[in-house]
Amino acid sequence: MKLKHTLLAAIGLAFAAGVHAQITVGVTVSATGPAASLGIPERNTVDLMPKEIAGQAIRYVVLDDQSDTTHAVMNIRRFVSDDKVDVVLGSTTTPNSLAMIDVAAESKTPMISWAASSTIVEPVDDKKRWVFKTPQNDQQMATAILEHMSNNNVKTVAFIGFADAYGEGWWNQFSTLAQVRGLNVVSSQRYNRTDTSVTGQVLQMMAQRPDAVLIAGSGTPAALPQKTLKERGYNGKIYQTHGVANNDFLRVCGRDCEGTFLPAGPVLVAAQLPDDNPVKASALAYIAAYEAAHGAGSVSTFGAHAWDSGVLLQAAVPEALKVAQPGTAEFRSALRDALENVREAAGAHGIFNMSPTDHLGLDQRARVMVEIKDGGWKLVN
Amino acid sequence: MDFQIALILAQDGITNGAIYALLALALVLVFAVTRVIFIPQGEFVAYGALTLAMIENGVFPATAWLLLGAGVIVTALDAGAVVRAGGRRVMMLAGTHLLYPALLIGLLWSMPLKDLPLIGQVLVTLLVVVPMGPMMYRIVYQPIAEAPVLVLLIVSVAAHLALVGLGLVFFGAEGYRTSPFSQARFEIGPMFITGQTIWVVLSSLVLIVALAMFFGRTIYGKALRATAINRNGARLMGISPALAGKLTFFLAALIGVLSGVLISPITTIYYDSGFLIGLKGFVGAIIGGLASYPIAAAGALMVGLLEAFSSFWASAYKEVIVFTLVIPVLLWRSLTTHHMEEEE
Repeated sequence: MKLKHTLLAAIGLAFAAGVHAQITVGVTVSATGPAASLGIPERNTVDLMPKEIAGQAIRYVVLDDQSDTTHAVMNIRRFVSDDKVDVVLGSTTTPNSLAMIDVAAESKTPMISWAASSTIVEPVDDKKRWVFKTPQNDQQMATAILEHMSNNNVKTVAFIGFADAYGEGWWNQFSTLAQVRGLNVVSSQRYNRTDTSVTGQVLQMMAQRPDAVLIAGSGTPAALPQKTLKERGYNGKIYQTHGVANNDFLRVCGRDCEGTFLPAGPVLVAAQLPDDNPVKASALAYIAAYEAAHGAGSVSTFGAHAWDSGVLLQAAVPEALKVAQPGTAEFRSALRDALENVREAAGAHGIFNMSPTDHLGLDQRARVMVEIKDGGWKLVN
Repeated sequence: MDFQIALILAQDGITNGAIYALLALALVLVFAVTRVIFIPQGEFVAYGALTLAMIENGVFPATAWLLLGAGVIVTALDAGAVVRAGGRRVMMLAGTHLLYPALLIGLLWSMPLKDLPLIGQVLVTLLVVVPMGPMMYRIVYQPIAEAPVLVLLIVSVAAHLALVGLGLVFFGAEGYRTSPFSQARFEIGPMFITGQTIWVVLSSLVLIVALAMFFGRTIYGKALRATAINRNGARLMGISPALAGKLTFFLAALIGVLSGVLISPITTIYYDSGFLIGLKGFVGAIIGGLASYPIAAAGALMVGLLEAFSSFWASAYKEVIVFTLVIPVLLWRSLTTHHMEEEE
């Protein structure tokens, strides 16, 4: 891998010295460490992203940040000072992305984050005008859950989430929105990704007899509370977040996850979308590309966030090229303006319509409710 | 909180505490004999659990390649000395460190791993992962066996990080759960006990008794105890420190892998889960002053119970509560025991 990158870099330098300009993209991704299950599919997706846009070769410089904030900042500093990148993609997690904003703004380099929290791009200020992101906001997902809850007569709900930024973020969104909608949150518990048991938390929640339980965890660790709830005989509704939307979760959770509801990007159930859904074609395109490279059933929604940043570049780069040549400050600034003006770009997760106040650009088409049925994902209409 | 909830929590705490107790014993053992604070202890838990999971899924366990790699390194390290000694020892070295992994890999390829009975799968897991313990001692610790405790600790951290990294390569970022040893459920009054819980507690007890017998009755066990009490004295009596080290690491790896195999049906294990489990065992070992086996085991059990009850009352602060326990224990220990500086 390293050799490949060195070669790529060498080829890149040879080209840079020649007449052909090329666009350099710096990618920092959490391919190891706690966020690795999200970072690895993202890392794999980078290999599938456009190699050429509007006649310009695209060179990707990919670095691993080990799910660590310090490394993410080191990586982006390297990108802007050594690699002279035109745009930065990543990182996988919210803390990493937040830490990178300062560097992106100070070097006036546009950055497209693959992390979920709305705080990365909101409110658009002097610094965040350089920052865009592709994953849906937690708020959009939380609204979908609450809507489903009120439509299904859920009056009381218990919450259990990771004792980290992910769980806290969900708790803040969910508890405020629940209050607005008149739902009663009767219990709020935390657990750690590496915990071997959540019996205590589950007993505490069940003592309140909630109509539904929301589990805010990501990846396979989110299966633990669910398995414990079933083991203790809980028979209310169970909701998960879009953080679990990969096949490993289904494998670990098995029978205990039947009938679970979760909000997710449409790419998760792309094949089941009605044909007139505008996201269907672009989502299937991503799945086809990924599974061709990594085998059937290997695709996950996380990699699709990386893919969508490629979609944004595809839309914005031709516009920026009209203004300036890659490798210059003018080009970076033009690329930022072009990203902000992206309209109706169809990604795997939704349709992007950016604006000076909205650097995410996704609407309600970017989320669907999904039920786990017969060990697979089923679209809920 | 009523009595029923307390009972369930206690059961949960004892199950986890039994695993922590095993790890605490291994940590005390390793420290007593080799002065190594064995941070990678937890990695053996994860490696054991995940190797079993791979076998169960019919995937060739990548850890076997690590075993072969480690075997090659050990052979290279020992080659010079052994060739000088000549004859049988060369055969023995090559046999145990090259032939064994190669044979095992051949066996794994040819066997229908998925169709083995569970006990066979566990046995294969032990055969693959446990020999890594003594090999690890040979490669990592034996060359610096006389170094100060602090150096050994730092090397332990390095070994831990290396094993976690390799674990990500071998097993991927996602976790696995293995199928339980027994599907049985017993209802006793208001609570039910799963067969797996009984397995964990009984196996831990059996292992603890077996260890006690080993140290009390066998010549090798006594040799280890002698080394733990006085390294130089034991050496003068003809006990090889290298042998003692390898034997200790063999036991530590065995305990680690068994813990992993026992706990993986109860919870999902990830490539990096081992560290935190090991750390809780370490808290138990600290309570035992890294010297007393019974106090360490009791301490670990207490950690398990504390964890269960704090997850009920204050789930967000569970780890804080468990690890803060170390501070009063250390205070109490440093106030009550007079300090003896070990000559190094």
